[in-house]
Amino acid sequence: MKLLALLPFAALLGGCDFVVLAPAGDIAAQQRDLVVISTVLMLIIVLPVMALTVFFAWRYRQSNTQAPYEPEWDHSTQLELVIWSAPLLIIICLGALTWMGTHLLDPYRSLGRIAADKPIESKDAPLNVEVVALDWKWLFIYPDYGVAAVNELAAPVDRPIRFRITASSVMNSFYIPALAGQIYAMPGMETKLHAVANKAGTYRGFSANYSGAGFSGMHFEFKSLSGADFDKWIAGAKASSNMLGRTDYLQLERPSQNDPVRLYRSVDRDLYKAILNMCVEPGKMCMSEMMAIDAKGGLGREGLNNTLPLTYDKYARRGAPLGSEPTFVAGICSMDEIKDAPSREVTAPLDLTPLRGFGLKRPPFSPAHPSSTSQLLGQRPKSES
Amino acid sequence: MNPDLVKMIFGRLNLDALPIHEPILVGTFAVVATGGLALFAIVTYFRLWSYLWREWFTTVDHKRIGIMYMILGIVMLLRGFADALMMRLQQAIAFNGSDGYLPAHHYDQVFTAHGVIMIFFVAMPLVTGLMNYVVPLQIGARDVSFPFLNNFSFWMTVGGAVLVMMSLFVGEFARTGWLAYPPLSNIGYSPDVGVDYYIWGLQVAGVGTTLSGINLICTIVKLRAPGMTMMKMPVFTWTSLCTNVLIVASFPVLTAVLALLSLDRYVGTNFFTNDFGGNPMMYVNLIWIWGHPEVYILVLPAFGIFSEVTATFSGKRLFGYTSMVYATVVITILSYLVWLHHFFTMGSGASVNSFFGITTMIISIPTGAKMFNWLFTMYRGRIRFELPMMWTVAFMLTFVIGGMTGVLLAVPPADFVLHNSLFLIAHFHNVIIGGVLFGLFAGINYWFPKAFGFRLDPFWGKLSFWFWVSGFYFAFMPLYVLGLMGVTRRLRVFDDPTLQIWFVIAAFGAFLILLGIGAMLVQFAVSILRREQLKDTTGDPWNARTLEWATSSPPPDYNFAFTPVVYDNDAWWDMKRRGYRRPLTGFRPIHMPSSTGTGIILAGFATVMGFALIWYIWWLAAVSFVALLAVAIGHTFNYHRDFHIPADEVVRTEDARTRVLAAGAQT
Repeated sequence: MKLLALLPFAALLGGCDFVVLAPAGDIAAQQRDLVVISTVLMLIIVLPVMALTVFFAWRYRQSNTQAPYEPEWDHSTQLELVIWSAPLLIIICLGALTWMGTHLLDPYRSLGRIAADKPIESKDAPLNVEVVALDWKWLFIYPDYGVAAVNELAAPVDRPIRFRITASSVMNSFYIPALAGQIYAMPGMETKLHAVANKAGTYRGFSANYSGAGFSGMHFEFKSLSGADFDKWIAGAKASSNMLGRTDYLQLERPSQNDPVRLYRSVDRDLYKAILNMCVEPGKMCMSEMMAIDAKGGLGREGLNNTLPLTYDKYARRGAPLGSEPTFVAGICSMDEIKDAPSREVTAPLDLTPLRGFGLKRPPFSPAHPSSTSQLLGQRPKSES
Repeated sequence: MNPDLVKMIFGRLNLDALPIHEPILVGTFAVVATGGLALFAIVTYFRLWSYLWREWFTTVDHKRIGIMYMILGIVMLLRGFADALMMRLQQAIAFNGSDGYLPAHHYDQVFTAHGVIMIFFVAMPLVTGLMNYVVPLQIGARDVSFPFLNNFSFWMTVGGAVLVMMSLFVGEFARTGWLAYPPLSNIGYSPDVGVDYYIWGLQVAGVGTTLSGINLICTIVKLRAPGMTMMKMPVFTWTSLCTNVLIVASFPVLTAVLALLSLDRYVGTNFFTNDFGGNPMMYVNLIWIWGHPEVYILVLPAFGIFSEVTATFSGKRLFGYTSMVYATVVITILSYLVWLHHFFTMGSGASVNSFFGITTMIISIPTGAKMFNWLFTMYRGRIRFELPMMWTVAFMLTFVIGGMTGVLLAVPPADFVLHNSLFLIAHFHNVIIGGVLFGLFAGINYWFPKAFGFRLDPFWGKLSFWFWVSGFYFAFMPLYVLGLMGVTRRLRVFDDPTLQIWFVIAAFGAFLILLGIGAMLVQFAVSILRREQLKDTTGDPWNARTLEWATSSPPPDYNFAFTPVVYDNDAWWDMKRRGYRRPLTGFRPIHMPSSTGTGIILAGFATVMGFALIWYIWWLAAVSFVALLAVAIGHTFNYHRDFHIPADEVVRTEDARTRVLAAGAQT
């Protein structure tokens, strides 16, 4: 009878889309595996504890005078050893799993495979997508194709995607559950995400970090398309009449809610760089320029005067009541001189054996610095040394 | 009138700040105002003002201050829970194109206020209240180390709560989430008074929390009864000590980070701005360096309560006292090494993320050991399922689920897919309701007879228990499910109709919890009405083990006529076993601290100053600050700080107890 009562719940669960547990991308699938493995590992200890709690509570109830009663018994070295070491053992396993999984699934690391049974090949050049979180919509720029889209993201199946992510004003989190885990999008900073979709389809993407009034409407469709369909999508974007220059962007970044999908046939070549360096507005100094000047000792006291009054900063901005009027640092160089900061890539090793520790054998590739090779870990990826 | 003059007098406060266009708020205000007026009328009618002022508001007695903390916590629970109900209702109906009934401007305040109130003004006062009440009694002390400071701390906490409540009817509260991450909380994106209410509410209350932490550490370190070495302290006192160490070490970080944020907002500095070298990531780190220990500040005392309750109601010594103490200390230390797990997704890199992930998991080892210790305390015991024990068993079954999902979230790649989702919401409610709140309810039911001399009504208590526990599961298990479907937190409207059923179930759970809270209030009322039947004359209604049960219920002002001498960590159990006899003669005058109104006056000025700073009323801020200093300095010249309870009065009190005990023994 009780099982029958549970049936509607089972039906309820069956009708749902557990996207986190059944994703469409290899990275998300590996993350799902970790979720499942860790849960099973912990259940090894949690289930006995729950069962014992119920059993002891029932067996040693006051009315059961048959059960032994030892009011002074309060110590057992053997039991203490067990209750400290059992969780410890589980945590050692979980810790090893964590260390490995965190490095393997580091969102900054380029992909080592397309899917479990599909190694990466040289023809699989990654698709670059530059992501900007705006108030309250998403802008996706395809630098390889010179097109852009608002609130719609498309990518071909089985092709690695390299996201570079930033934001225009406040913190957001870029998350497509079917594709890969999330990463924050922050103004003036760049985060990275590497992922690949293995199944064609339309999936949900959204901001996973509250960012203000329009937050609920800040979602988009992620279209995982076949190669031909993706080319068609690009062609469709090219056929649109919109262009995204810097003045258009300044209009676009103003707060708006529930924006429709928009495609742009062309994008200012340096737009993403300017957004990241917070210098889309004409005359504002780019962060990279400021950092380059500061690295050489800064502008000194004179630098304090190199500011202009700020009239507009996404919202109708008011200055602090006791502070000076809001200002910005005036640019010295022109935009074209801004160098793209060298991007630090973490590359995935092609052979995962040393990382996984199977048999602890020597890695087959020849080490660059023989001294840095350890029997246990194999060669550390170059970029981390 | 001259607008400049008006602005100088009232700052940015004007009639638009009153939410007369929001019907929900007007309705709430009407209810609150009617209730407040009724209360005012009753107190005036029965001429209770002078009694309240003399015996309660100005008291320095740790027991009364503890009770006032509990009342504050329960009143604020009603507000915080009203916010929770509003959210559950909004999320249950905002489907299929419906916008729900709350606009973003209101909804975003509701979830921010819910978090802030539940942590700072419900959980903290309830925990501090229990520690305040119980710790001095458990260690055989007359009062805390600094009784005046205790009164001042309490009123500062009230001041913070008053500011937060005021935001409901004058202006607005923050629309940032309960930790107010910049840049969103900075002046550029939140120019209104909401974040200022948040800052000054927490700053005023934070002073109180920090001072009460210092006070309780001193009390535990310096005022223990003779013979009570550190390793003979009751476990609740141990966990209180660790909690207060955490408070003293972490609340200054919160104060500092909020001070930096207010500098950004008031004088235009650039600590957390996007431009001019500011960095919002610094705020996120700093606030969690306070925020993670805060979780343990709440849960450690609850662990202490469970330890007392399990041992008492199993009629058995606590299993593994020493390992329990070490586990508590290890948790205290480790709680400082895990803060980054709240933002694995900020891009720290794999090595940093795995370090913080693994330290987080390590905390589950001492916590697991504690769980086993309670389990083996029950083993071969004689368990009486009174209310405190029921809450404890419910805690053990619920908390392991929360612990498990917590460790799961500590695996960075798993966190990438579950971070900020409703899975996370379900997890922390699972540990805070299933751990902290269940512990507090166990503690309230356990120590209530000590505080008032009669037990709480078991029928309504059990009703409340079952509503709360089932309501918790109905409200939060659907959120775990939704999290696995990739639904994120703080959403106001949804467009996937298949999700709705889960939100409806969660709303039903919240409704059950509402019944649980209602049953609890009825339980208090019924218990007061039936206090003669529920009376406890022995002072030890549960056949308990620690010193607080050695004195009468409620304890006399001086707690113990003679300071007890301790030989065992279950001191009272040990005394009972050895055939302890109450001393009946030889009483001497007892040295006691005097009541003072300075605490409430100081806190009042601090609150006014906070209000003035929120609304940019600079003259008022300056005046109240000067007044604050003047009163504080003036108080140093108050030499009437103590008095002696004459020996006759002690004799009278103790004789009365002797008669009560004798009458109890005959029946």
